Amino acid sequence: MAMKQVAQRSLRPEAALLRKRLVPQHNTLAQATVQARRWQSNRAESSSYQPSVSQRAGADSVNFPGAVNSKFTSTMRFQNPAENTAMSTYRILDADGNVVDNTRDPQNAPDKEILQWYRNMLTVSIMDIIMFDAQRQGRTSFYMVSAGEEGIAVGTASAMDPDDVCFLQYREQGVCIQRGMTLKELMSQLFANKDDVGRGRNMPVHYGSGKHKIFTVSSPLATQIPQASGAAYALKLQRMMDPNVKPRIVTCYFGEGAASEGDFHAALNIAATKSCPVVFVCRNNGFAISTASIEQYKGDGIASRGLGYGIDTIRVDGNDIFAVREAMIEARKMALEGNCKPILIEAMSYRVSHHSTSDDSFAYRAKREVEEWKRRDNPITRLRKWMEKKGIWNEDMEKEARASIRKQILQEFSAAEKVKKPALRYMFEDVFEEMTPDLKAQMKELKRLIETYPKEYDVSQHEQGIKSLD
Amino acid sequence: MSTVFRSIVKTALGVVARRSYATQATSARINRKVDYEKTPILYKTEKVARDAYGLGSDGALEWQNLNQAVCNAMHHALKTDDNVILFGEDVAFGGVFRCSKGLADEFGGTRVFNTPLTEQGIAGFGIGCAAQGMKPIAEIQFADYVFPAFDQIVNEAAKFRYREGGVRVVMPRSPSQAKGMLISSILNCNDPVIFMEPKTLYRAAEEFVPRDAFSLPLDKAEILKEGTDLTVISYGQPLYLCSEAIQSLEKEIKGLSIELVDLRAIYPWDRETVLKSVNKTGRAVIVHESMLNAGVGAEMAASIQEGSFLHLEAPVARVTGWDVHPGLVFEKYNIPDVLRIYDTIKRTLNY
Repeated sequence: MAMKQVAQRSLRPEAALLRKRLVPQHNTLAQATVQARRWQSNRAESSSYQPSVSQRAGADSVNFPGAVNSKFTSTMRFQNPAENTAMSTYRILDADGNVVDNTRDPQNAPDKEILQWYRNMLTVSIMDIIMFDAQRQGRTSFYMVSAGEEGIAVGTASAMDPDDVCFLQYREQGVCIQRGMTLKELMSQLFANKDDVGRGRNMPVHYGSGKHKIFTVSSPLATQIPQASGAAYALKLQRMMDPNVKPRIVTCYFGEGAASEGDFHAALNIAATKSCPVVFVCRNNGFAISTASIEQYKGDGIASRGLGYGIDTIRVDGNDIFAVREAMIEARKMALEGNCKPILIEAMSYRVSHHSTSDDSFAYRAKREVEEWKRRDNPITRLRKWMEKKGIWNEDMEKEARASIRKQILQEFSAAEKVKKPALRYMFEDVFEEMTPDLKAQMKELKRLIETYPKEYDVSQHEQGIKSLD
Repeated sequence: MSTVFRSIVKTALGVVARRSYATQATSARINRKVDYEKTPILYKTEKVARDAYGLGSDGALEWQNLNQAVCNAMHHALKTDDNVILFGEDVAFGGVFRCSKGLADEFGGTRVFNTPLTEQGIAGFGIGCAAQGMKPIAEIQFADYVFPAFDQIVNEAAKFRYREGGVRVVMPRSPSQAKGMLISSILNCNDPVIFMEPKTLYRAAEEFVPRDAFSLPLDKAEILKEGTDLTVISYGQPLYLCSEAIQSLEKEIKGLSIELVDLRAIYPWDRETVLKSVNKTGRAVIVHESMLNAGVGAEMAASIQEGSFLHLEAPVARVTGWDVHPGLVFEKYNIPDVLRIYDTIKRTLNY
């Protein structure tokens, strides 16, 4: 049985405690009390428990429970964070596609895979332009472009296992594509048609896919971050209960603006104290709608906060897909080692796009600044230059790729636009697991209204029209 | 939804009809889109505006929409009282709905500024400022994002003075109402006020607004249209739909006369005005967008049956969202429309 197998593994303190917890339930209060006492004495014996001894005379360091490893000092000095050097930014390729660290081979994947990442980034980029225009034409209600940040999404996703779990914010369509979501699946969500797994309940870009282990995007910012910590903890427990389960991590994406929300802090703190196998990926693109980073925080970016929570942290150049991928591979490995732990990756980039189709960013930043970033440095051109230098890409291949990708996207776009909307019944389903009597009555009332006033409603746009309300 | 950019871009997709994802049934006669140009709820002529606000025949007026009126009210507050400050996400460049346009330029970055992205921080920071003597205006960009701030609002702002509730919730129906109510909220009210602005109306609702500052009460409902046969009570954007439904019915049924009440103050609400109206008409229909169960209408219906039981000719009816989350593609069928209001009034009359 699974329990016996766990008992035979070498005992990590938490696993031992967990095993005791999983013993079959007790029938009497007496048995439960005995169990509780055993739990307490085990806790005292386990290596993670420190006996509380007060300050020893002549000790040179603190022994308060709140700060171990702190040496006493008689110099009163306030640490000024501005005096510290900013955390370095790891990169492998420079803006011109040259490898800057010649001691390493940046490529840890075959050419074929690299070409696929490139095509995926192109797909994101082209789809973004098409969908932005579609909104301007009134064909969809809303869209968010991820120009400049395709490398962060595709790069991190390329380092994940298909069974790893993802929580997104809203600007990571590259993750969806790299993990295998089809253009049809994406378009179905964007058009809120009957093929949308989310049943048309969300605005565009609120992607989700059970098949690809991507939790549905939720509008309020940063709510996904503590959820990611919890999901990671679940993955860890499930593996403790059954070691045959594959090691999996959670990857959680958010922007530097969302990192100001309270949920960010709660999440990192819990992930660290409970040793959750979660990799937090912060896309620091310099803007939160109109709020530039200089107004968002005073400290050294988001990376410096990871240290405050006791989390291993790295800052990377988000426009360098090799660096992003390398960091993610290592992060994943570290997250799953031993008792597991969270990792924070801060990927630096620039938000080339407006915040969304509801935003005109030239109202708060110079157009020239955006044009320069667009021209000077982005993840797609950087990788392209590297590939061309290596001889595995050229202008003709570029033209062909762009043309064929664009054609595919337009095909799926046209198809999805024509598909009917989800059945009206889905307005009432999934509020709870089972539809309540109240909801059934309300559904009946809606049906009555539509039947009484057939000219006032056009239900033909929805699959099954009025029939789904039966 | 916010501003709609008007440029039509020609691409391989071709040029298509605007807003194809949000069309009404073309055969609809009752269930038509609100015509904000013609609705009687907005003061479209100078005379009507002056009469409404008791101004003389030369009373100064401005033609404004809701976001301009809100901006104007805050401008007056910032100008009049140095203790007034304004902050929130993206307010410095003018705000995502243009409600703070020009204010940071005029009053400086110490009084009008962007906060980091944190609603709980905005609310808590605002409460602290107020407690220490300032008059802060804390902006939450979308009502949907207010929930991290709920602890601060419910446990802190509301209880600071320890009165019943302690936080006022109000909602203006139009630019002129917004101006008067916002000025009151900031300068004349010592209770914390949650001032809810219906986003759809930011650009759609335009009318004449008194140019000079003025105050409106934060605890009184207003009778928009007097009537004798039935009382409709609502607040915010649905009032425009109620107005359309009432017009349809009064045209259809000779002699029918329906009273329309704008609640304005959601909490605490004006029981006196509502009960007086229902006692007169004997029938009540409450309309709001949020869901049926335990909504504002539930409290009002309970109070009305308590206070007007012997006057009632029919049960109090509620036209509200269903008990579901508001799913995007089902919005038309979820939020009360002209037709549901029309149908409910009709059935209440015929009870």
